[in-house]
Amino acid sequence: MTSRYQRKVVDALFKMAPVWAVLGALTIGAILVRAAGLDPLKVYASLVNGAFGSRSALGITLQKTVPLLFAGLGMAVAFRCDLVNLGGEGQIYIGALAAGAIALAFPFLPAPVMLTVCLVAAFVGGGIWGAIPGFLRARYSKSEIITTILMNFIGFGFVSFLLHGPLQESRGYYPQSELIPPAARLPIIWQAANVHLGIILALLAAAGVYVLLWRTAIGYEIRAVGSNPKAAAHVGIPVVRSIVVAMLVSGGLMGLAGLAEVFGVQYRISDFFSPGYGFDAIAVSLLGYTHPIGVTLAALFFGALRTGFNSVERTQGVPRAMAQTVQGITVLLLVISVILPRLRGRLRRKENASV
Amino acid sequence: MESLLRVENVTKVFGAVVANDHVSLEVRRGEIHALLGENGAGKTTLMNILYGLYRPDDGHILFHGERVTLSSPKDAIRAGIGMVHQHFMLIPVFSVVENIVLGLGSLRRPLLDVESATRRIAALSKEYRLDVDPHARVCDLSVGAQQRVEIIKALYRGADLFILDEPTAVLTPQEVDDLFAVLRRLVQEGHAIIFITHKLDEVMRVSDRVTVLRDGAIVSTVATSETTKEELARMMVGREIVFRVARDPISPGASVLEVTELDIDDEQCSVALKGVSLSVRRHEILGIAGVGGNGQNELAGALVGLYEPTQGTIAILGEDIRGQGPKGVIKLNVGRIPEDRQAQGLIPDFTISENLIATHFWQSPLSKWYLLNLPLIGRLAKKLIQDYDIRPPEPTLLARQMSGGNQQKLILARELSRDPDLIVAVQPTRGLDVGATEYIYAELLKHRQRGAGILLISTELEEILTLSDRIAVMFQGEIVGMMDAGSVELEEIGLLMAGVRPQQDAVCDEVRR
Repeated sequence: MTSRYQRKVVDALFKMAPVWAVLGALTIGAILVRAAGLDPLKVYASLVNGAFGSRSALGITLQKTVPLLFAGLGMAVAFRCDLVNLGGEGQIYIGALAAGAIALAFPFLPAPVMLTVCLVAAFVGGGIWGAIPGFLRARYSKSEIITTILMNFIGFGFVSFLLHGPLQESRGYYPQSELIPPAARLPIIWQAANVHLGIILALLAAAGVYVLLWRTAIGYEIRAVGSNPKAAAHVGIPVVRSIVVAMLVSGGLMGLAGLAEVFGVQYRISDFFSPGYGFDAIAVSLLGYTHPIGVTLAALFFGALRTGFNSVERTQGVPRAMAQTVQGITVLLLVISVILPRLRGRLRRKENASV
Repeated sequence: MESLLRVENVTKVFGAVVANDHVSLEVRRGEIHALLGENGAGKTTLMNILYGLYRPDDGHILFHGERVTLSSPKDAIRAGIGMVHQHFMLIPVFSVVENIVLGLGSLRRPLLDVESATRRIAALSKEYRLDVDPHARVCDLSVGAQQRVEIIKALYRGADLFILDEPTAVLTPQEVDDLFAVLRRLVQEGHAIIFITHKLDEVMRVSDRVTVLRDGAIVSTVATSETTKEELARMMVGREIVFRVARDPISPGASVLEVTELDIDDEQCSVALKGVSLSVRRHEILGIAGVGGNGQNELAGALVGLYEPTQGTIAILGEDIRGQGPKGVIKLNVGRIPEDRQAQGLIPDFTISENLIATHFWQSPLSKWYLLNLPLIGRLAKKLIQDYDIRPPEPTLLARQMSGGNQQKLILARELSRDPDLIVAVQPTRGLDVGATEYIYAELLKHRQRGAGILLISTELEEILTLSDRIAVMFQGEIVGMMDAGSVELEEIGLLMAGVRPQQDAVCDEVRR
């Protein structure tokens, strides 16, 4: 029989699962690097250096963190309502499109007005793209996992159509829009590292998500529906509305991720401007235990991982796909850590049985 | 008589809780051995040990005089121990034979040997007069018959010892009689039965000996003929309990609930409720008796705004609640105690204080401009935890970490602390021990005294009789009888619950003539 103390330690270890998942993934990554005939220590040193080693490196890390953080927060809000939003990509494109179209149509707006309007447009655009599957789920019990994926194709196809037609740059070479006017670009707040306002906005969004979920009546409803929809209905919580609102906010935050990438980094909408942030959001949100603080740390970790491996590719010759590999292994290990406690229960019964 | 099962000094510890503390028990061939105890006394743990689901930390088990190691239900079945669970382990769309041979090897593998199984089942059914058709589909059988299928299943697997977990909970009084007759025949054939229950009447009626468990330890084993209900009750709770709750006679006041000609179709569009009319007045408890599944859920659901009536009206304090939803009902100051705490009453991942505000968090002063007033909520939680003696008194504890009794107190605190005008209580003491049950009864009676009208829906006849001023009986979605509690004949209620309508039969007879 295990003592209470032992059990407490074991429980504490399980609570730190994200940390173990990250360390485990890095260890497996090291083994893969070693198998390729390289020195893992050197590679990881170069990784840290590439992600944080200089102002410009840190700047790029933060630049990559911003959309991951917005998207990860969006996913967390959905998860808290027991919803899986796989439509992040579509919501990112539609959010960026809504904001971009406004910026291109009204280039004369003064910067503060322009930015505010564009932020609202991106949130509303992505939000509607999320709320539609939310409504279908809440009202007609259609799995949001399927409908959000399908909405991706519609959203992406629609943006692509516009980029090949009405929104295409006047030169007409590539399926991309004109550059957005300077007034609409997210201002640089730290010149030396080329860091734009997006990081502040994303951190504000993290605080906002915390307040929404744990300090407001709407968040209370979202979490209640996520925990037990039957009981929520019984105590008078409007379940349909809560699901739609959760998906609206989730999609809205995805839309802001799109805005951050287009208005902060690329300055134009193109066919493939998002490298899959909508799906990376799952990893970010899970690793962050769907809590804004955790999600912030997780977004920073994955942002650094990408930036770092970009530099490792240049200096050590390890392909940057390693970043995706480590990210994937992290999530796998996390998922295992969720299953493990159950397995542990079964093992304990077995162990008892064989006494 | 020869002893079949000996449990010797079995101890089982979960964390800090000693669920079984040096428990010793002897069950003889040919006896019905009642195992009596409150919830949490350790009955279930002991049975799970006997059925191979738990391993004892200490002590051992002798079966047929030999030491046995039971590390899975398979071992238990092989040894000759059969279990009839409270919730039957049957697949509704399968036939009786299919259910019985399920999971057993067959001589004609991979094909099933249905013919010989059918013959054996028919023979067993005849021998023990179980009256089960091997070819019937389980879902077409009555609850009592399904239970007999479980018994045949155990017989078919060669059980000598039968463990029945609260077998009468789902039965009508008539079905209980039939079950007891079957149990008698089983022990006459040399089988032994462990009968788990918390109903003293049944212990007295059917058992030969009775073992009382309290706080995980055996209090005593006595011959049923040499004891009394009162003595058993004392052993079970460690003190005298009052079976008759003091109920002051008050004349009822104005009506708070009027239901007229209510029809409800359930999800499968079959009629779940038909022409139900009733009213509840202030200072009055209207008890709805009936075997579970006769429309009580639909009635309760309609009253709290979850189901929309197909026809008819529900008026609470004169206000029609159709189309208002649960929130509309809450706004009318109705206290609702749902049947299923875990699934309906509580949000399991929410803390005690979050659960306490679940019905009113959207309202000032608990929240303003959508922002929750956390300091105020904290103070309210503290006060309610104290007033209702919720344990542990830890506002940040998650609801799913609490015991059933304290979960129910949490629901009472939320639903009753606003002095509701109408209380709809469904199975308010389900799964609770005697102490918690007494507390709930006292609370309900307090609110009756104060002037609330109370609709009590329960399948426990004892509970209905203890609390109600008037009693209505439901059968197949209809109210088949309404009577004053004072003038009640138990047999009449029993017959009504089983669908026998004396007057109607008389009328039919007259018509036929």
